[in-house]
Amino acid sequence: MQLSTKHLLGIKDLTREDISLILSTATQFKEVLQRSVKKVPSLRDVTIVNLFYENSTRTRISFELAEKRLGADTINFSASASSVTKGETLLDTVNNILSMKVDMVVLRHSASGAPHFLAKHIPAAIINAGDGINEHPTQALLDALSIQEKLGSLEGKKIVLVGDIMHSRVALSNIYLLNKMGAEVMVAGPPTLIPKYIKEALNVKVEYDIKKALAWCDVANVLRIQLERQNQVLFSSLREYNLAFGISKKLLDSLKKEIVIMHPGPINRGVEIDSDVADCNQSIILQQVENGVAVRMAALYLLAGNKTNG
Amino acid sequence: MKTILDKEQLHLTILRLAHQLLENNISLADVVFIGIQPRGVQVGSKLIAAIGQIAPFEKLQYGILDITFYRDDVRDELHVANTTHIPFSIEGKKVVLIDDVLYTGRTIRAALDAIQDFGRPQKVELCVLVDRRFNRELPIQPDYCGKAIDSVISQKVKVEWDKEAVVLY
Repeated sequence: MQLSTKHLLGIKDLTREDISLILSTATQFKEVLQRSVKKVPSLRDVTIVNLFYENSTRTRISFELAEKRLGADTINFSASASSVTKGETLLDTVNNILSMKVDMVVLRHSASGAPHFLAKHIPAAIINAGDGINEHPTQALLDALSIQEKLGSLEGKKIVLVGDIMHSRVALSNIYLLNKMGAEVMVAGPPTLIPKYIKEALNVKVEYDIKKALAWCDVANVLRIQLERQNQVLFSSLREYNLAFGISKKLLDSLKKEIVIMHPGPINRGVEIDSDVADCNQSIILQQVENGVAVRMAALYLLAGNKTNG
Repeated sequence: MKTILDKEQLHLTILRLAHQLLENNISLADVVFIGIQPRGVQVGSKLIAAIGQIAPFEKLQYGILDITFYRDDVRDELHVANTTHIPFSIEGKKVVLIDDVLYTGRTIRAALDAIQDFGRPQKVELCVLVDRRFNRELPIQPDYCGKAIDSVISQKVKVEWDKEAVVLY
């Protein structure tokens, strides 16, 4: 059994079997992470470069930890501290790094499609760690693992993605993944932040009333307002957004049931989610981060062992 | 196809291995048993059941170990991982590794590596149901062996638990 793809560019390219394989492998890696020696030698002959053209805390740290715990050699690269500032192109940068015998590339880039472009031009396996407003596959996988742990399975579960659907790569990857795994997906937020034809294009429910959305769902995945990607005014103020769409304890308590609260981070407390909600015991935000390492270990392990590589 | 052990012989062999393990260990308090995934686990549970019947007063510690992430051929072929469950400390204990067929010795090599990550055992022993001698690629030998057979590389040895027999193809 192996993955159907050579790269992990997006959930869009994965089959249901691929997703199940990654999640079940991640479960085994979670056990490894409980041991006194949290490390296995599977990828000790592999060198991986983490190319981060955009800032990141969780994703970069957890990719680096995942690589180290698989015994791989890692190089970290951030665009701001490199020759990119002198005008070197993405392809030139990567080719220079690959000529130093690097086997895999983890790429985060602000341009949608950057990893797909690289995949066409270089022989190394590529993992997308977030590209513009397109996809963030490992985030969707770790979200899926977290839901699966909490609720037993994904099949038939009702998940609502709240907030800036338009600019969120987490949203798109989650929609693809949840649809493939048989969950029901709804997007909720102000109309200006939800793409117009999303209902038809991606087979999701759309709801503009946050309370109705929360009453419907089993899980609410709350997304950050991606101010850095918005080049026009889409809502009047963050404070007004919080009043209309922010998840508050009062709102949660008004529901008749207990729902699971998720957030991919970084959190803007008091904007999309209130502090007491983010820290309450319905929230699995820190479990998501914990699962991030195991899921990334699984993705790296499965791609490195994929025979179609090389 | 040739039957190496039929149902009755298999039963007797497991019983003998259980007796040998008890004979060599005056107390099982410091002994832990670890079955290697996937097929060593079945041998392990049979063996544990047999020891439990002979010595019902002993508290047996039995875990399962998956060696997928320690294989030396990870990059050549993708192997799907199984569960590892070792709910006790192996520090300073005598570890008995259990597998069905000992062939090249590479699985045991990986298991020895994996065991190190759980602690430092006082001693590690190996118990196998079938030993395909003369096929070893590493210097590894069993301490307890159900049946030693001579076979060539093109042949396959399989323990069929549904039929309770060991066969050579």
